[in-house]
Amino acid sequence: MIPGQFSYHAPATLPQAIALLGEHGYDAKILSGGQSLIPLMRFRLAQPAHLVDINRIDGLAYVREEDGALRIGALAREADLDAEPLVHERYPLLADAIAVIADPLVRNLATVCGNVAHADPANDHPAVMLAYRAEVVAEGPSGRRVIPIDDFFVDTFVTALEPNEVLVELRIPAPKPGSGGAYQKLERKVGDYAIAGVAAQIVVGADGLISEAGVALTNVGPMPIRASEAEESLTGRHPNEKTFADAARLASDAADPVTDLRGPADYKRAVTRTLTARALQRAAERALS
Amino acid sequence: MQTLPVTVTVNGDEHTAEVEPRLLLVHFIRENLGLTGTHIGCDTTSCGACAILYDGKPIKSCTMFAVQANGHDLQTVEGLANGPTLHPIQDGFFQEHGLQCGFCTPGMMMVASALLEQNPAPTDLEIREAISGNLCRCTGYVNIVRSIQHAASAMRAEESVAAD
Repeated sequence: MIPGQFSYHAPATLPQAIALLGEHGYDAKILSGGQSLIPLMRFRLAQPAHLVDINRIDGLAYVREEDGALRIGALAREADLDAEPLVHERYPLLADAIAVIADPLVRNLATVCGNVAHADPANDHPAVMLAYRAEVVAEGPSGRRVIPIDDFFVDTFVTALEPNEVLVELRIPAPKPGSGGAYQKLERKVGDYAIAGVAAQIVVGADGLISEAGVALTNVGPMPIRASEAEESLTGRHPNEKTFADAARLASDAADPVTDLRGPADYKRAVTRTLTARALQRAAERALS
Repeated sequence: MQTLPVTVTVNGDEHTAEVEPRLLLVHFIRENLGLTGTHIGCDTTSCGACAILYDGKPIKSCTMFAVQANGHDLQTVEGLANGPTLHPIQDGFFQEHGLQCGFCTPGMMMVASALLEQNPAPTDLEIREAISGNLCRCTGYVNIVRSIQHAASAMRAEESVAAD
């Protein structure tokens, strides 16, 4: 399958990329890892007239902890993060998700920021970023702005980014003492989208009670879903099986899946419930270890 | 129609061509360079038959535009053998019957070569993880894993001889 024709631009700097996006507006798409965009173009589900390839811009492929946050640059590949011991040691929820995204070949090119910017509810990082309460840094013609993750996802494939903005960085708050997280995903086979996925991040305080909780769901609705009632139910309680079962029930209530080739809606709700309990259990083990 | 010059190094040789931006890297490799060892299987980023090494890392060449590869180093299955002498990975697939129809084999071998470069003594599980983006529809995975283990031990033996 051959994509439609387009004009290719390979700017050397971010301001040049932003100027090109400003010039071409909604006719332009950013090409970073390309592992979602190019398949869409081959199917001609996307036919952008202009591609702005940001891969030639220096200084965007970083992942580092700085000023209380893990900062993930626009060109950091999934494989780059997987190779980073800091990610495994301090951000296990993120490391869990990376290991089950697509396959190892795709992960050599796919970027974390692109996974979020694409805003596909089937992508795994949106729920991860919701659970972490991450921030999105966008750069446009008038500079940078920081978008809280809860304001970022607007609709299926639609984000708060303006057509002339580039998602330049994701910021995950550095873990507090007693933090733990986990990602659980059920997929039919390697490389498939989730039947359902659950991201969980909790903080267990010195009193042994859960002081903060983030729970978010992958591919069980038109957008990534924050399970707010599940989060509220966890706060102030002991991290035990009963607490997690209650939260899992509330998370499955928050799911809004459709029946498709990956299964009936009721099944996906049941999977969400099971995966939520498992993700919280694993998060608690990590928080207490 | 826009065309752009692309210069890539493939198996150590530099090639330049003028291409349309929408030309996929796999089509560039097969049609412009005539290197048909890299296969097109699914065309949906699923099967890995088009796997090549891009700056030493395995990628799916059906999911990159040729213009993106400008200035980069590529390795395809044609670069494995040394004249008439099979590469240990090719010999491993021969010895352990690692192929039936052979369609997935070039992609499998390129992924294996990147794996063994990084990890000369992989476990079976590590091999299975490394090839999890490559489909064999003859379902000959058991022998593919054996073939890569065969190659790994042959390459380790070569290394220790070279070190002596």
